[in-house]
Amino acid sequence: MNIHEYQAKALFRDAGVEVQEGVHCTNVEQALAAYDSLGSKTVAVKSQIHAGGRGKGNLYHPDSGKLAMEGGVKVATSREEVEEFASNILGHRLVTKQTGPSGKLVSNLYVEAGCAIAHEYYLALLIDREEDSVLVMASTEGGVDIEEVAESTPEAIYKAWVDPLVGLQDEQKGALADSLGLSGTAHASFVEMIGSLTSIFIDRDCSMIEINPLVRTEDGTMVALDAKISFDDSASFRHPWRADLRDPSEESDIEVRAREHGLSYVDLDGNIGCLVNGAGLAMATMDVIKLYGGEPANFLDIGGGADRESITTAFGIILEDPRLDGILVNIFGGIIRCDMVASSIIEASEEIELNIPLAVRFSGTNHSEGKQILDDCDLDIITASTLAEAGEAIVKVIGGTSQ
Amino acid sequence: MSIWINESSKVLVQGITGSQGMFHATRMIEYGTDIVGGVTPGKGGQTVDLPGRSVLVYDTMSEAISETSAEASVIYVPARFAASAITEAADAFHEINGGGLVVCISEGIPTLDMVRTVAHIGQRPGVRLIGPNCPGIISPGDDGGCKIGIMPGYIHAKGRIGIISRSGTLTYEAVAQTMGVGEGQTTCIGIGGDPVSGTGFIDCLSAFEEDPETEAVVMIGEIGGTAEEDAAKWAKENFSKPLIGFVAGATAPPGKRMGHAGAIISGGKGTAEEKFTAFEAAGIHIARDPSKIGEVLLDVLVEAGLRES
Repeated sequence: MNIHEYQAKALFRDAGVEVQEGVHCTNVEQALAAYDSLGSKTVAVKSQIHAGGRGKGNLYHPDSGKLAMEGGVKVATSREEVEEFASNILGHRLVTKQTGPSGKLVSNLYVEAGCAIAHEYYLALLIDREEDSVLVMASTEGGVDIEEVAESTPEAIYKAWVDPLVGLQDEQKGALADSLGLSGTAHASFVEMIGSLTSIFIDRDCSMIEINPLVRTEDGTMVALDAKISFDDSASFRHPWRADLRDPSEESDIEVRAREHGLSYVDLDGNIGCLVNGAGLAMATMDVIKLYGGEPANFLDIGGGADRESITTAFGIILEDPRLDGILVNIFGGIIRCDMVASSIIEASEEIELNIPLAVRFSGTNHSEGKQILDDCDLDIITASTLAEAGEAIVKVIGGTSQ
Repeated sequence: MSIWINESSKVLVQGITGSQGMFHATRMIEYGTDIVGGVTPGKGGQTVDLPGRSVLVYDTMSEAISETSAEASVIYVPARFAASAITEAADAFHEINGGGLVVCISEGIPTLDMVRTVAHIGQRPGVRLIGPNCPGIISPGDDGGCKIGIMPGYIHAKGRIGIISRSGTLTYEAVAQTMGVGEGQTTCIGIGGDPVSGTGFIDCLSAFEEDPETEAVVMIGEIGGTAEEDAAKWAKENFSKPLIGFVAGATAPPGKRMGHAGAIISGGKGTAEEKFTAFEAAGIHIARDPSKIGEVLLDVLVEAGLRES
């Protein structure tokens, strides 16, 4: 789960991590009032969406698709500019390199007091899967794409690992501050900040905290000028406060609905719907469709505990996609029995009109019973016994180019 | 032979009185697994009726291991309690036997719980964790075998192929394809789909290298992280047997979690293409088409002089 910058900064402020004064706004009037109240001649007017690259993104009119403004984060030095930027941001689509071409509709804005920057740094905490640990990454190259820094000048990135049994040690904090070339008040300010950030990361079960840029101000204070936080979804049960930070407009409606039914769904760009048990097999099924010349329309894992109801829901969800030309069902029965899936498919087709080709591949528990049920029914279903046969059949029947 | 478990391994079921624990304990014992007891805090002293035998439930792992001489445990408890179940098992095996095998099936354990748990186990040498969020481990025997997990036992048969996978049903698919070309398995291990977990590819490869009965290995990876790349590098230097590799998720978009908590391409890293490239660079025989894993295995065995075509 991701949250907005303004929400992340509120968590920072609570934990004692230095941030500028700022106000969350949802309309232009609020933005102007924020400018008046902040008492800073220079403010940043920042689009709030759950994607990076906002500064270099462009805003487009949601209906006409015309370019409204270049840059999703703007520095304003007058009331007029705040009005202009806020009007061009709110209600427009922000396209960044992380949003995909359709971009995201911006309905939240953050107006933040400016500050005198002496230098920009990069700081992040994340899960290091290879070390099974929490990794702190700091760099003197802030305000730029950190992946490019990692590629071109990896020596400019300093790393420290948080021992989960004892936490981040004082000497590690000092070494990180040293690696950024900090001294005096900035050094002390950084050491305090990294301690607070580590506490936020652990106490709130984060999967990532990224500050880019982290800035040293001219008076030697370290300030988080940006803030990005992702939470570990598996830990949500012990953090009920997260519910208030959720922005439903940032989540695909269909993915949320799928999750509520114990299904895991990801929308893709193709025209062949997939319904599979198991995440690995679901990915492999998508890969097979592609290898045989088709394009998968979705990832859908019905999970290990699927029943008639969740399978019917899964069919409903897949069929909502208007681009769909065919469906491939791939079940490797283990706990799930193929005959149960077969009768669920027939039941689902009674509730939802199935007017596109359907190919079904059963393997494992009760696969022959399942195939028999489908072969005996009135529906026009292609049954296959291997993954290859199924992939080839569905691509061919919808007129794709089988290889 | 097999790795880590065999037909005589004595196994405890943590969470045996729950519906999942009961269901899978039954399937395991039907397959031939020697289940010697169960653990559910607060239900010590009860008995659970399984096919052909009744087993005792203990309150703690320490008690259960002392009483039954168990060497392995399997965890079917809800995710929020699973990390402490792993820790309890690791501590008890370490103290009583100097080591043991802990297989955690549970999905959805908070990542930081696993960070702490893996560090904790690291200080208890001899304890091996498989999972979490995995189907478990199975070694087919002459008559039944040892199945510690949720995989359908009957699709397996004793043979000479080792299988390692981050997935569940895709492992079954790989097993079925090896069976399709007339090959059985020594041991199949699902290492799980979480970002932070116990046993990894290299641990498995290393054990298969040492196992005289394993003659070739199929390794199934997926997008996310660099475990496949690291394993490929290790295998190039250290693994002498034919190795076949597939990576799921060539069509997965970046930044989207594909079902498994660990299956996500982040910051442009962890793509299937990078992993296939690393496999090829290490001399691993790749199957780009997951429906051709069996065929590639067959070709490789023939090429290695391990069977007639």
